[in-house]
Amino acid sequence: MSTSTETVKKEASEPIFSKKRLKLITDPLNDSNPVTVQVLGICSALAITVQLKPSIIMFLGVLFVVAMGNVVVSLLRNIIPNRVRIIAQLVIVAGLVSVVDMVLKAYQYDISKQLSVFVGLIITNCIVMGRLEAFAMGNKWWPSLLDGIGNSLGYGGLLIIVAFFRELLGSGKLLGFTILGDATAKTGLYSIGYVNNGFMVMPPMALVIVGIIIWVQRSRNQKLIEAQE
Amino acid sequence: MENLLSIFVKSIFVDNMIFAYFLGMCSYLAVSKKVTTAVGLGAAVIFVLGITVPINYLLENFILKEGALAWLGADYAGIDLSFLGFIMFIAVIAAMVQLVEMVVERFSPSLYASLGIFLPLIAVNCSILGGALFMQSRAYENIGEATVFGLGSGVGWFLAIVAIAAIREKLRYSNVPAPLRGLGITFILTGLMGVAFLSFAGIKL
Repeated sequence: MSTSTETVKKEASEPIFSKKRLKLITDPLNDSNPVTVQVLGICSALAITVQLKPSIIMFLGVLFVVAMGNVVVSLLRNIIPNRVRIIAQLVIVAGLVSVVDMVLKAYQYDISKQLSVFVGLIITNCIVMGRLEAFAMGNKWWPSLLDGIGNSLGYGGLLIIVAFFRELLGSGKLLGFTILGDATAKTGLYSIGYVNNGFMVMPPMALVIVGIIIWVQRSRNQKLIEAQE
Repeated sequence: MENLLSIFVKSIFVDNMIFAYFLGMCSYLAVSKKVTTAVGLGAAVIFVLGITVPINYLLENFILKEGALAWLGADYAGIDLSFLGFIMFIAVIAAMVQLVEMVVERFSPSLYASLGIFLPLIAVNCSILGGALFMQSRAYENIGEATVFGLGSGVGWFLAIVAIAAIREKLRYSNVPAPLRGLGITFILTGLMGVAFLSFAGIKL
């Protein structure tokens, strides 16, 4: 109990959104993006990006799990014995993911079916474990919460970019609304001979799109370029 | 028998963990710089998938599934524990990885020396939990099918990581554009390999 009151007192001395704290949110959007720079959480980032809607739902799920997991682990970090910390973290995360899974099944059953095993796989999403290990185990709960939110925003942003291109070019729709016209009735763009790129719906194209995003990001941000092996 | 063979080949090529579902990508990207380490990690994944999938299969069918507790008596037949699935699966995986590590260390120090550092990493490899969850959603009929599925997925993962490691070793001598170097080109290569693996999609055994 005493530790948590101390935390609150110290918090008061520093502004809640100081520059250092804001950096926790803005950094993962570009300089330390979890997917393109830290190479975390790629498994689920690619498999569910065929359409925009599941990607947004997945982003919200990860946001909840990472932010809450960071807070819980950060509050418990002095109690968890070092030797069993991985299992303790996994159990906390698995509990949170079960909550997400049940909420999805109750309110968004179709999306839950579409995401299938990938909701459960948030547990082993490396972003969750990576941030718990790298940040929450050594920081107080408020910075940990910001760090969790920042990293899931970086993750979600990438998810949404990939899904945007895949859904638009693959099926000519966005969020299920027709954008480019009807492919079978030959309206809109299709009337002048435009054809959907069926490749975009296939899993490998997600990898290529992420590769291209990395290329664009690194040519704009030279310090991220890797040294020749 | 034919059925088992079909599941095996299907889980290696058609439903490849990496190219069709992107599972275990994190370690796939991080540990694929050299072929020897890739072989070590791949072998460890085959090993752990081959053990945890059947164990989770038993857990699913005799404890977690709705009506699975019927063997305890008629009173228990209505209990549905499936909401505990994630926690049980991940606990089994973490515990099994720990156990496998200790057994290997005790009985085969040489194998331990080569797998050593990779074994603890595997507990958080998505392909292991993914194996358990796919086993659950595809509802295999008996434990034999589940085991074969686990082994097949492991072999598929092994092939993928060894192949990309071999390509990356060769890549060192080529002139990749600077911003694409390292991670970027690996993504695009994996995409191309995935396209190649798509050609297996039509195979029915």
